[in-house]
Amino acid sequence: MSARPGSWKLLLNNRLAAIGLGVLALTLLCALAAPILPLMQPDATALADRLMRPFEGGHVLGTDHLGRDLLSRLIWGTRVSIAVGVSATLIAAVFGSAIGLIAGYAGGRTDNWLMRGIDMLMAFPYILLALAIVAVLGPGLLNALYAIALVNIPFFARNIRGVTLGLSRRDFIDAARLSGKGHVRILLTEVLPNVLPIIVITMSTTVGWMILETAGLSFLGLGAQPPQADLGSMLGEGRKLLFNAPHVSLVPGLMIFILVMSINLLGDGVRDILDPRLKSGVLSRPAASTKVERQDTSPLTPGPAGTALDVRDLATEFRLGPEVYKAVGGVSFQLNERECLGLVGESGSGKSVTALSLLGLAPTPPGTITGGRVIYDGRDLLEANLGELRHLRGNRIAYIFQDPLSTLHPLFSVGDQIAEAVRAHHPVSYREAWAKAVRLLDMVRIPNAENRARAYPHQLSGGMRQRVGIAMALANDADILIADEPTTALDVTVQAEVLKLLNHLRADKQAALLFITHDFGVVSELCDRVAVMYAGRIVEMGTTREVLESPAHPYTRKLIACVPVLGQPDRRLDTIEGLPPTMNRLPAGCAFAPRCPHVADSCTKGDMRLEDMGGGHLVRCIRTQEVAA
Amino acid sequence: MSGYIVKRLIAMVPVLFGLTVIVFTIMALIPGDPALAILGSYGTAENIAKLNRDLGLDKPLIQQYLIWLGNLLSGDLGRSYTLNRPVLDEVLERFHATLILAGVSLVLCSLFGLLAGIVSAVRQFGWADRVITFLVLIGISMPSFWLGLLLILGFAVNLKWLPASGMYAIYGGGDIADLLSHLLLPSVTLAVVATGVIARLTRASMLEVLRQDYIRTARAKGVSERRVIYRHAFKAALVSVIPVIGIQAGLVLGGAVYIETVFQWPGIGRMLVKAISTRDILLVQGGVLVVAASYVVFNLIADVVQHLLDPRLKS
Repeated sequence: MSARPGSWKLLLNNRLAAIGLGVLALTLLCALAAPILPLMQPDATALADRLMRPFEGGHVLGTDHLGRDLLSRLIWGTRVSIAVGVSATLIAAVFGSAIGLIAGYAGGRTDNWLMRGIDMLMAFPYILLALAIVAVLGPGLLNALYAIALVNIPFFARNIRGVTLGLSRRDFIDAARLSGKGHVRILLTEVLPNVLPIIVITMSTTVGWMILETAGLSFLGLGAQPPQADLGSMLGEGRKLLFNAPHVSLVPGLMIFILVMSINLLGDGVRDILDPRLKSGVLSRPAASTKVERQDTSPLTPGPAGTALDVRDLATEFRLGPEVYKAVGGVSFQLNERECLGLVGESGSGKSVTALSLLGLAPTPPGTITGGRVIYDGRDLLEANLGELRHLRGNRIAYIFQDPLSTLHPLFSVGDQIAEAVRAHHPVSYREAWAKAVRLLDMVRIPNAENRARAYPHQLSGGMRQRVGIAMALANDADILIADEPTTALDVTVQAEVLKLLNHLRADKQAALLFITHDFGVVSELCDRVAVMYAGRIVEMGTTREVLESPAHPYTRKLIACVPVLGQPDRRLDTIEGLPPTMNRLPAGCAFAPRCPHVADSCTKGDMRLEDMGGGHLVRCIRTQEVAA
Repeated sequence: MSGYIVKRLIAMVPVLFGLTVIVFTIMALIPGDPALAILGSYGTAENIAKLNRDLGLDKPLIQQYLIWLGNLLSGDLGRSYTLNRPVLDEVLERFHATLILAGVSLVLCSLFGLLAGIVSAVRQFGWADRVITFLVLIGISMPSFWLGLLLILGFAVNLKWLPASGMYAIYGGGDIADLLSHLLLPSVTLAVVATGVIARLTRASMLEVLRQDYIRTARAKGVSERRVIYRHAFKAALVSVIPVIGIQAGLVLGGAVYIETVFQWPGIGRMLVKAISTRDILLVQGGVLVVAASYVVFNLIADVVQHLLDPRLKS
């Protein structure tokens, strides 16, 4: 097992698992030390002392109906229960893992038959199967052990087979095969060490069950037979005295509960460490709107006339443990009414996070908006509460997302999803909303809209799905559309069609469009103005024509050089050397400096400002003269 | 849909066939003279000869199986010698009681498990989540037979609110209210473990779904948060929880063995325990077969419900 150093520390850091470990260790210690502890004889009957209450006559836990000391019987019984549970687990682990290993490694027909058999066993409620086996073998502790072990074999076989199947297709297994190792040796030396963590996880999650189930069989009188006693049979005997002497049955039951609970606590901890992917709930659920934590903000002044959306110094961070990723580091732009503004940059430049932050859709945790203002209709959206945001979302400001297969709900028909967008903002009947949905689908040129409205997303092509996304965004005649790479997931031919449609409908509805893309080719077709983002900041902004014809920032120049031009096959396509900086360790000065061909010493000092080069053409570079030369 | 149900019903046939093979094989493993084992203290020479003739116990195993299967298909599960009546009659009568208990438990554990899981996920890391997570841990570690005793002590012996055992009051009673008052404690006890399992899975599944892009889309549309959670997220989470509810049917049907013993519920579980201690092999066989078959049906229902919820499974 590849237990990393520090596994123990991790386990002890998990408070619940540590408690489980502590309780379990104490129980095991008592059980192991039973012969040397100063206990009374567990089987010594003394009818005169029968049914004593706890602390009566020197019996800490009292006595049972034969006057036997309960504490002593409890510890000896725990010993038996643990021994039986652990043995059953080991037997199930050995046989189940063997079946799983063979099935997964051999594959094909062997796998098929073995797994069919396992499935067959799992078609039984497994306590019932155990009962049937005990019925045949006859009541007795050992038979109960065999029965419980047998019915747990399928869990091991299934889990181990899955992992082995994955492993047996890997290169190192092929290499071992080619080196002439026998199958048995490969299984034992190459495969087994890799599946061992899974075996341990399965054991730690099933041993509690097995102790519980064997105790259950004993409780029913089908396991341990007198004078032998485990916790279950003690509980079973005590049950007959429930009304007169409840402690006789409550004490062993409590012990079973404590034992199983401590094992389960520990098991969960072990599972979390050996297989962190399974850890439940490490992944946080995003809240309904992004958390806003602004230190100080500029006074709220109205934006210039004709501005649909005024974004000022917007900053959004992702906080993951001790690391802070400054995804958006002070972005300002104005989206004018009816204009199309392109937001361009490589993936990871912060353009999507910028767009999502506007209406509080960036995921929290880990996202937090740490500064800036987003002014719409004279109000700062970062101050709006969820109700106000909800009123704007999809109504005044609508989003079109990138991959419509994952962004449309798989279990609702597309018509239903569009109708829902209508009904979220208009008090109309479902029937009316549906009719509107059909009209919208027709408008985005989906043929046979009436029928297609009843289709589910997976039944439509990518282009169709994106049209549905557009129809949904247009459902309430929004003033502003925010399209986040709406065509990236589509075929090139479909891309052009969808873009044309989007632009046409936008012009028709007189909506402003914030268009996010990494593709300057698309920008030149669609956008009036363009803002180029790099490492969470805008590095250049201006009219599309200006920026395309005379790009001032070296990054913009490189980005434009990446676009192939039709009819110019000889044009050299540039790639940008190096990688964007990681957003948790942004360099001082210009973030592009490490990749910039024009870099100078002064570029890595201080903070670059966005300077106006005249006519609203802004650029964040101190060497524009040298770059242009 | 009906086409799918038919397909699933056909697919059930080999599973049921497999069940008969396993049950028969287990019973064939009985050491010693099977006729003697079946008859026990009724094993007079005359009875043994008759049983050997009826079940073909002197013939090869395969032939025995075919005879047994033939009898089974014609509704003959043999005769219980300890009860002196046909196994099928006894089993069906008892199964009725078990089905009521298990059915109510299954409804309870689905209801509370789903609800607890949703609340836990929505209030992730909040106090409600902590409390539920801890209760779930207690629930899945709880020996149900012990919990049953605790509940009897508390609600029947001390508070005297509810009856401690049986299905109907011995005198009077017999109506629905009587049945429900007898049903409450055992069905709750039986539901506890399954509730924990379902709550745990629902929480994990809700958390997974709430991170999906289509939830963000729903929020971007301006849909209310309650609708996002109970319509968009819950439906998607339910698709992966439904099969597990089907599996819980097995846990509940099996757990009924303990609960029926604790609460003296006249169901098939208690019958089985008694039959095992009196070595009434044919009765055990019949009981196990019927419960196992009903588990297959529960899983079939879960499957069909899942298909109704998820249109992707149809294509």
